[in-house]
Amino acid sequence: MPQDRDIAIDVQGAVKRYGTFTALKTISLSIRDNEFFTLLGPSGCGKTTLLRMIAGFEDVTEGAIYLYGDEIDTLPPHKRPVNTVFQNYALFPHMSVLDNVGFGLEMLGKSKAEARARAGEVLEMVQLSQFAARKPSQLSGGQQQRVALARALAPRPKVLLLDEPLSALDLKLRKAMQVELKHLQRETGITFIFVTHDQEEALTMSDRIAVMSAGELQQLGEAREIYEHPRNVFVADFIGDTNLMEVTVDAVSNGRAQCHLGGGHRLTCDAVDGIGPGAKVHMSLRPERLFLSADPVADESLKGRVREMIYIGTDIATIVDLDGGPQFTVRSSNSSRGNARIFEPGTEVAVNMEQGAARLLID
Amino acid sequence: MAGGGATGGTVQSETYREARTLLLLPAWVTLGLLTLAPLMIMLVYSFLTKEFRGGVIWEFSLDAYDQFFFDRGLFGDEPPKIEWTYIGIFWRSIWQAGAATILSLLIGFPTAYFIATRPEGQRAFWVFLVTIPYWVNLLIRTVSMKFLLRDEGPLNDGLIGLGVIAEPLGIVNTNLAVQLGLFYSYLPFMVLPIYAAVERYNFALSEAASDLYAPRWAVLRRIVIPSVKPGIIAGCILVFVPSLGSFLAPDLLGGAKTFMIGSLIEEQFKGNAGNWPFGAAASMILLTMVLILLLVSARQSRKEAV
Repeated sequence: MPQDRDIAIDVQGAVKRYGTFTALKTISLSIRDNEFFTLLGPSGCGKTTLLRMIAGFEDVTEGAIYLYGDEIDTLPPHKRPVNTVFQNYALFPHMSVLDNVGFGLEMLGKSKAEARARAGEVLEMVQLSQFAARKPSQLSGGQQQRVALARALAPRPKVLLLDEPLSALDLKLRKAMQVELKHLQRETGITFIFVTHDQEEALTMSDRIAVMSAGELQQLGEAREIYEHPRNVFVADFIGDTNLMEVTVDAVSNGRAQCHLGGGHRLTCDAVDGIGPGAKVHMSLRPERLFLSADPVADESLKGRVREMIYIGTDIATIVDLDGGPQFTVRSSNSSRGNARIFEPGTEVAVNMEQGAARLLID
Repeated sequence: MAGGGATGGTVQSETYREARTLLLLPAWVTLGLLTLAPLMIMLVYSFLTKEFRGGVIWEFSLDAYDQFFFDRGLFGDEPPKIEWTYIGIFWRSIWQAGAATILSLLIGFPTAYFIATRPEGQRAFWVFLVTIPYWVNLLIRTVSMKFLLRDEGPLNDGLIGLGVIAEPLGIVNTNLAVQLGLFYSYLPFMVLPIYAAVERYNFALSEAASDLYAPRWAVLRRIVIPSVKPGIIAGCILVFVPSLGSFLAPDLLGGAKTFMIGSLIEEQFKGNAGNWPFGAAASMILLTMVLILLLVSARQSRKEAV
């Protein structure tokens, strides 16, 4: 099969089975050259397995993996021009930081002096030059993380694999590293494949995201696309907060679907291929795309009563019981310009939605 | 220390100190009675005069050390001359024990690595298998080794039967036989500490190394071995030290040419022919050598840890 050389990693029908357990069910995806690509999913979804298959630590039961057009799935890890940043860094404890970073180059046959020179360069890039002579155990977690990054970047891999590299860091450091990683990717021009279970991290950093669950690819697309146009219930639920409602489709016309939910509330939204009249499906309504008012502002406003208000800081979340049924969370920005009108619990309110706030989902 | 302690010295810490002294007493008594006292007795005996039918006369003498190192005494009329016999025996012992240690390491390391990489539930079973032979008395095991190795034994019969050799190898009474005997006597002391070290080893490091283009042998040499080095050193000491003073294997498997320091010491205390001060002196020399060895290796590993 002819391979596209602009595709950094091409996974074609990769399957991973451990005995009778299938960890990965026929995954196919293409990761473009110079892309920050994220594999996102809950633990056990197969994202790390897929990464380890690309690195060479796991065999591919079926299917093939190509790196810039060359099949690599039969090569041992040390013959694949990709490098990994491990979750717990896996720094060599008996070597200095400099020797850790130079190890890959030494193994590629570079002289010790050459390896050290390049290692020094990369350490400078991650601002760790002054720690070159230290042992990894003498560094903080954040510093160790950067050494791991430098070590994987030093041999100039064609693709850098990152296995939840930020999960051991505290929130502040993690946010700083997210920005730094993104910069490094732009600077080096190396394709990054990033594994995480943190949807916010994925949205912040990625050019494209593959959402995985139960060994299957659920959706692949840019951050905005995945957040605003989730394809199915899993993606809508996993990415961000949402109001998931069971609805029945009454009619479909002119690309719009008329639906009703429990309690007889009616609303219309964009029709989705494959969901016709009579279908009982789920609908996703993002809380920040809803707003409250004392009186209904449109025909489709849903009437209810405020149950609870939660002060979050940047936002205020209001939980509303709709008449005769479902519960909604509405989120509004906590600013003077924002729409945060405060409704005390027990007040009658109308829940209104912005254009395109409601989305029908395949199960 | 004393000055710093005095400023913070409260009633509570006084009681604590007393309690600690009391609690440490059993340890000090054990150490004193079972380690220091016998050593002192041996040291004293090595400087006494020998009694002909065993035992000692309580008179200070340097004869034992003199006999060990010099042919013509230090205190005679003629200039002293070094006696090579015992130093030779000593040297051979070091060599034999060293060879047995290397043999144990070559077999013991892969064995320990194999056990430590089994699924967790199976490891105890493999360790159990390694230790089973050691429930049998050392003497019986060494004699059995002789039966295995002798010219009419299963090893030679097997190799001749397979057509590998035409004549028996004649292993018994050679240095090799003694080394094999020592190796078999102390192998678990090599396997167990290395196993403990490999079990603690973080195998993600091996993955990281192969990810960084290291072929298998480089992973082993550059990453695994340095990481488990404390276990290897412990294993080598635990095999080398008892091998050095061993007398069963050289007595049973070797001949006159393989005489080792352990046998020399044993002879000095056995029967009436013995020379207790000389045996004690040889033991002290052996002990000193071992101590120097341990100190050097301790210093070496401390230097590397920094």
